[in-house]
Amino acid sequence: MDKTYNNKAWLLVIPVFLLVALSAIIPIMTVVNYSVQDTFGGNKFFWVGTEWFTDVLRSERFHDALGRNLLFSFIILCIEIPLGILIALSMPKKGIWVPVCLVLMALPLLIPWNVVGTIWQIFGRADIGLLGHTMATLGIDYNYSSNVIDAWVTIIVMDVWHWTSLVVLLCYAGLVSIPEAYYQAARIDGASKWSVFRYIQLPKMQGVLIIAFLLRFMDSFMIYTEPFVLTGGGPGNSTTFMSIDLVKQAIGQFDLGPAAAMSLVYQLIVLLVCYVFFTVMSNVGTDKPEVEE
Amino acid sequence: MDLSWMAWTGPTALFWLGIVSCLVIMMVWEYFSPGGNPRVGILRFETTRGDRLFISLLGSAFIHLAWLGFIGPGLWWALGISFVYAIGVFKTV
Repeated sequence: MDKTYNNKAWLLVIPVFLLVALSAIIPIMTVVNYSVQDTFGGNKFFWVGTEWFTDVLRSERFHDALGRNLLFSFIILCIEIPLGILIALSMPKKGIWVPVCLVLMALPLLIPWNVVGTIWQIFGRADIGLLGHTMATLGIDYNYSSNVIDAWVTIIVMDVWHWTSLVVLLCYAGLVSIPEAYYQAARIDGASKWSVFRYIQLPKMQGVLIIAFLLRFMDSFMIYTEPFVLTGGGPGNSTTFMSIDLVKQAIGQFDLGPAAAMSLVYQLIVLLVCYVFFTVMSNVGTDKPEVEE
Repeated sequence: MDLSWMAWTGPTALFWLGIVSCLVIMMVWEYFSPGGNPRVGILRFETTRGDRLFISLLGSAFIHLAWLGFIGPGLWWALGISFVYAIGVFKTV
């Protein structure tokens, strides 16, 4: 313990501290204050205690939105993770096609969320959109603005199109970092393609896969812009995820109290999941040397 | 400075004071016993005092929410359970 302690370093933390205070701590304090009061505007507040929390926790609307969020995250993870691994495995490891594939893969990631929503909104329209028009020509009754299943399928396909690349790039990074010696050893043992994947590639990708899983889960759990632009939460409430519902309640209906209570519950769920994933991720890193021994 | 837009109330101010005092206590504790006392507890991963405080606070929030959702208002029991839970976390996790 011969470390030199220099307390002047704390001064360097002050800018970040101020930034976090202004962008996170003060707003969340305000949200907590709002969550126990009712307001009709004009900075006039009435104490209601924990009523909004009880309302939110027992409201069918919140349960439904939470259910939709979990279902959406589950579906896209079931598609994006295996698909991402599959594409990463089929990508070239050497040669001129490597940069071409990488750039092509990175393209959807560079498009802003609201533009993705707009692209798919137009793409799916029967009158001017390629997808919608093709479906109509083939005689398939497809309409994402009136049919619940169509709306869900469109949102899921849109998310897969937008974000599978992220999983691919992470998996690819994991794959190319595997030393050639592992494959040589596998060839000497006469290992099948499946065995190479199961015992070399998959374990070596474990770290990046957890990161991909975490990022995709959190992003899909907090999804707002794409479904908002595409379906606006409809038809009915069928694609109203928690974030969309929250905005409807806070800005649409101006129910700031219930919206504050809902956002705190939402935040706590996100915080819990983040912490669990963070712990798992940090422990995967520390376990690695033992696995390799 | 006009802070009326933040809509402060006595109970929420007490709540934040509670959180801040937890952090101050942790700082004082760290000053007298540096290093954060890392150990592997019943969750089978290494935790420091800060982790244990975080687990306690997050768990307490869910205990309170569960109380409100399943039983109803009147959170004194939930607060009591949270204290027992926090002591448990600091002793075993």
